[in-house]
Amino acid sequence: MANKVDSGVGGDVTLFHTSQLDQLINMARENSLWYLLFGLACCGIELIQTGGPRADLMRFGAIPRASPRQADFMIVAGTLTYKMAERAKLLYDQMSEPKYVISMGSCANCGGLFQPAYSVCKGVDKVIPVDVYVPGCPPRPEALTEGLLRLQELVRNERWSDKRRPAEAGAGTA
Amino acid sequence: MEKLILRRVDQNNEEMILNFGPQHPSTHGVINFIVQTDGEVITRAVPDVGYLHRSLEKIGESTGWHGYMPYTDRIDYVAAMFPNEGYATAVERLTGIEVPRRAQYLRAISGELCRIASHLISVGTMAMDIGAFTPMLHGVRERETINDLIEALCGARLTYNYHRIGGVAFDLPEGWRDRTLAFLDHFDRFLVEFDRLITFNEIYIRRLANVAVIPGPMAVDYGLVGPNLRGSGVDWDVRRDLPYGAYSDFEFSIPVGQGMFGTVGDSFDRYFCRVREMGESSKIVRQALEKLPDGEIMAPKVQRNLKVEAGEALSRVESARGEMAFYVVADGTNKAYRIRARTGSFTAMGIIEPLSRGLMVADLVALIASLDVVAPEIDR
Amino acid sequence: MTTSEIHELLRARFGDDVAAPAGGPRGDQFLLVKGARLIEIARFLKETPGLQFDFCEDLTAVDWPKRNVIEVVIHLLSYPLRHSLVLKVEADRAAPVVPSLEPVWKTADWFEREVYDLFGVTFTGHPDLRRIMLPDDWVGFPLRKDYEEAGGWHGITNVRADPLVELKRLDDAARAEVARSAPPPPPPAPAAPPPPEKA
Repeated sequence: MANKVDSGVGGDVTLFHTSQLDQLINMARENSLWYLLFGLACCGIELIQTGGPRADLMRFGAIPRASPRQADFMIVAGTLTYKMAERAKLLYDQMSEPKYVISMGSCANCGGLFQPAYSVCKGVDKVIPVDVYVPGCPPRPEALTEGLLRLQELVRNERWSDKRRPAEAGAGTA
Repeated sequence: MEKLILRRVDQNNEEMILNFGPQHPSTHGVINFIVQTDGEVITRAVPDVGYLHRSLEKIGESTGWHGYMPYTDRIDYVAAMFPNEGYATAVERLTGIEVPRRAQYLRAISGELCRIASHLISVGTMAMDIGAFTPMLHGVRERETINDLIEALCGARLTYNYHRIGGVAFDLPEGWRDRTLAFLDHFDRFLVEFDRLITFNEIYIRRLANVAVIPGPMAVDYGLVGPNLRGSGVDWDVRRDLPYGAYSDFEFSIPVGQGMFGTVGDSFDRYFCRVREMGESSKIVRQALEKLPDGEIMAPKVQRNLKVEAGEALSRVESARGEMAFYVVADGTNKAYRIRARTGSFTAMGIIEPLSRGLMVADLVALIASLDVVAPEIDR
Repeated sequence: MTTSEIHELLRARFGDDVAAPAGGPRGDQFLLVKGARLIEIARFLKETPGLQFDFCEDLTAVDWPKRNVIEVVIHLLSYPLRHSLVLKVEADRAAPVVPSLEPVWKTADWFEREVYDLFGVTFTGHPDLRRIMLPDDWVGFPLRKDYEEAGGWHGITNVRADPLVELKRLDDAARAEVARSAPPPPPPAPAAPPPPEKA
């Protein structure tokens, strides 16, 4: 919603009428990011512990949801096999826009330890776009919390005008 | 797979097909069940596994003997000490390497702590599947302390990679003994609290007692192991009956299903065996810390580029999910010819189909939770 | 009971269909039996008092391309008597067929499905022999020694780009960015010795 007006100082100045509203909306969005429980392997246990009493992901407004329809983002925690990859794509498609993906752990990032395996997909980004990569095998709860904070940063800086996702994502890394 | 069942569906009755998983909070990882139900009653539930098949057995043929140790962690990530120990024991049997006494004690200590941690997740998620969220948080809270202890011991929270062929990687750090004893004191009180909170809760008992009864002979026939087998009244524990490592030095009892609130072998018995086993593990850790001998923690002269004579060996250890056996075949080179892990969850999944007939849908969840299956142990 | 004692018992009943105990210098000894009589032998082991192998601990296979056989390995354990036994059956690699042990021990059901999936051994008499770990339309038997990966599945590639290439691209981009945003290069002409090092 950008209007170009002549401000009288020479040249065009672009005004964003919604800049303040963007901040307001994004503040609400970034503090209520609900995640889809998608514990695939070892990282799934660390995901449980991150949601547990000590690391307590809920203090950032991130509440686990069992259904993709209610989730804002998806934490792909663990090794993705070919057999599972199709299901992951299906789950991602079922989520409503705007949607984000955190890839947790080496296996989800690139296949990790299981690169020589015949049945493992070499990274979840072969199937769905990923916004934040959290390294580690498995990442500690602190690392995953940092990943969530990076995702919040991503959401905070999003503008209403260009909220539509580009075809290929991969904006931030943690 | 779907077609297989759909053939049998008669359009005139109430039967329907439910797809249960692979992404479902109560399937404990990625397992798919195709459930054929008549109203609320299940006529057939077919498990479809393999969503976490990571070709661990194939990778073992190319990593070298020592290099496979980190992969064994991933066979059972909830209790990663046991596959470590099983693999190390198998290779030690094959090479004749003698493990020092102190290392055997450290294996027992770390293993039993790990068993507690695993059972905490198990009973916690079981309560969560039945519908009580709080016990899960209690379990995870205690597990965090154990994770801290094991992290101080070997530097990892989840995938420990602590055992080595011929011993263990690290000795006890300073002050670890006292921290562990303090934790165990706290933990024994916690168990009482946990019993009050959930075990003897009326609703909980009613949800589990007399649900999915597995008689003893059936449990043996279907190859159930560990707490699932003992829940059915079969008194068998590898630690006591075929002792390995340092376990012959300790006094502990084996909890066996009694049918406390229902029939022997129901879901409650399996659950209750786990709760009691945590107390026994706590006893074993205390005894081991008390008797801990001095000495080396690694066998002398374990080659870095280990070559193993041709032969084969099977090692049995009692993992948190029951007997875990590693079958190792060597052909005289520095790589394994074949590594095979026999795990408790795999056979436990095989019993779900015959057992599910006539269960309610909600009881299927209780059955899966009481069998305590972990996805990578099924699929490897 | 040790493996050789059990072998004596089995030889008295089944003759030369049970080979003498074999194995490496350390580890386990095993008995090689003829596939045709496997079920009989298994029933005998399970039901004879004094043997009572009530628990089929493991059933797996090992591929030996040099000898052109696939060995099916069966580990048995007796809960009441606390002894164990390893049985082996050899099958031809081109068309491996072994009778199913499912009627004797129910736990063999899933073990045999796994061996069928990963080694391609057909078990005659098995009630429900289909793939268990891999998708139904998978090609090949991965745990055979001569298995070659197909390269991805259903259009999902199994190739991962070399991370160094991408890192170098990012590095170059960052360097170009620095070069572009650097203070306007030309003004003082005399002081300009460093550029060659940068390149």
